[in-house]
Amino acid sequence: MALLEVENLGIGFPTGGRIVEVVRGVSFKIEAGESVGLVGESGSGKSQTALAIMRLLREPGRITRGAVRFDGTDLTQADEATMRRLRGGAVSIVFQDALSGLNPVFPVGVQLMDVIAAHRDVTREQARERAVAMLNLVGIRNAEERLGHFPHQFSGGMRQRVLIAMAVACEPKLLIADEPTTALDVTVQAQIVALLRDLRERLGLSLLFITHNLDLMGEICSRAVVLYGGLMMEDSPVETLFTAPSHPYSRALLDCVPRLEDEPGMLRPIEGAAFTLATAEAGCPFAPRCVLADARCGREHPPETGQHPHRIACWWSGS
Amino acid sequence: MSALLELDGVSKTYEMESRIIPRLLGRRRPLLAVNNVSLTATRGEVLGLVGESGCGKSTLARIILRLDAPSDGRILFDGHDIAPMSRAALKPFRRRIQMVFQDANSSLNPRKSVARLIGEALAEIAVPEADRRERGAELLKLVGLDGAMLDRYPHELSGGQRQRMAIARALAMGPELLVADEPVSSLDVSLQAQILRLLMDLRSRLGLTMIFISHDLALVHHLCSSVAVMCAGSIVEQGETRRILHDPAHEYTRKLLGSVVRRRYSPIAPVS
Repeated sequence: MALLEVENLGIGFPTGGRIVEVVRGVSFKIEAGESVGLVGESGSGKSQTALAIMRLLREPGRITRGAVRFDGTDLTQADEATMRRLRGGAVSIVFQDALSGLNPVFPVGVQLMDVIAAHRDVTREQARERAVAMLNLVGIRNAEERLGHFPHQFSGGMRQRVLIAMAVACEPKLLIADEPTTALDVTVQAQIVALLRDLRERLGLSLLFITHNLDLMGEICSRAVVLYGGLMMEDSPVETLFTAPSHPYSRALLDCVPRLEDEPGMLRPIEGAAFTLATAEAGCPFAPRCVLADARCGREHPPETGQHPHRIACWWSGS
Repeated sequence: MSALLELDGVSKTYEMESRIIPRLLGRRRPLLAVNNVSLTATRGEVLGLVGESGCGKSTLARIILRLDAPSDGRILFDGHDIAPMSRAALKPFRRRIQMVFQDANSSLNPRKSVARLIGEALAEIAVPEADRRERGAELLKLVGLDGAMLDRYPHELSGGQRQRMAIARALAMGPELLVADEPVSSLDVSLQAQILRLLMDLRSRLGLTMIFISHDLALVHHLCSSVAVMCAGSIVEQGETRRILHDPAHEYTRKLLGSVVRRRYSPIAPVS
């Protein structure tokens, strides 16, 4: 049994008397110890999917269909007490913006110890020891002294490390990282990715890494789920995705990254405007920007073909 | 080619807020945000300015635009030193140097329509009110947007459209120098390449000189003919982009290059 099974997940927001789905039936799974990338642009539904797994969707958003099975329990049906026990315990999440994930008026040590005390039966002293150990683990020097510092006394990269320390303090089985490096400089990005990779090996975590940066995802994940317009386009081992992407969208997404290896000025943007729900049609959401699209693509959404670990939703995938 | 902009020994020092007693004793804590920077942007070129957060690159941009005055040094724009100029003396130069910010969301007034946002810039250069709509539509077309967008508000535009609109507004006054501060870093990858291509296109069509500020060396590689690497307020290395990216002389440049994630797949020829 997989550690996490997302099955036909739908997420909707009530808009003008009806419910508009931003995630429209997405399925994927994560095995224990596996590291999976959830890749897509703004509006693809990747962050909403992460929030739905944690049952942290902002009102009035809600899960409209499907199941999220974690370790056999369907989280969409779990009560709030169960969810509170799980969050920060067996499942943790790290957000993009570390500054809003920390309370500015408390020292980070207090916040870190709170997480530990919420999930473990520990004395204050034990919580403190564990907090120091966690800061050490994520590479923060002078951990003892840093416990007393406030979030604003840390740099962006260091704040992200603190959040990661909080997320892994109670030895989660699954860590969800939602664009954890997007707000950071390239040099710091590389450090945070190295840290996540290291933690994954040392703690045996499963990881769901959410990003729009395919290269970064390739540094840490073994499998990638590519989303567009709230639907899965391709679910593929990373090596296969990088060497032979099957879906035209995956291919376009890989091609459009400006790279040092290319001739200067050689840019291959995805033409057309990014997907918006306002223009969503019944067909494949990528059809308006796709070089292969024909009338059928615009009319009907393609069925999923292939078997785990490589599934594709494209009318052209067989050709 | 002649230099459009020349910085000569430009420094900027900020007085840090210090405690009352040291202040009374006349002890100050100066912070050197920009340290003796000399740079040249030749007419028609795109000069890249790279460095990490806090290295002083955005402060330098503010100084080039004369939103801030340098503490020291000269800023020669088209041969005139604009560093010591008063607000009034600067006025004729403002329209010639324009800026595109990273976050179009916070640099566009949410309560004004696109027509008004662009119209204000056109009013500055005395375009009669009757002509502003038409001129606005032309500007939108120039950046690849539909003229119908004139009646929209910033929140009704997507991230990519907003950044295009911010570029249109910067171009409204017909600038010679465009300073773009991380113009694509808050955009999705699929849109980054679109905006970069637009900037390249505008440079050749309008003969613009550009200063492109970024922490992403891959973007600089595609857009800039020369590059200056900034670290802790100083320029540590500058020269032709090809030379700097292939044969960096400074350790810091090597470190930046080392952190670029390399491609792990080969691009496939587009299916036609």
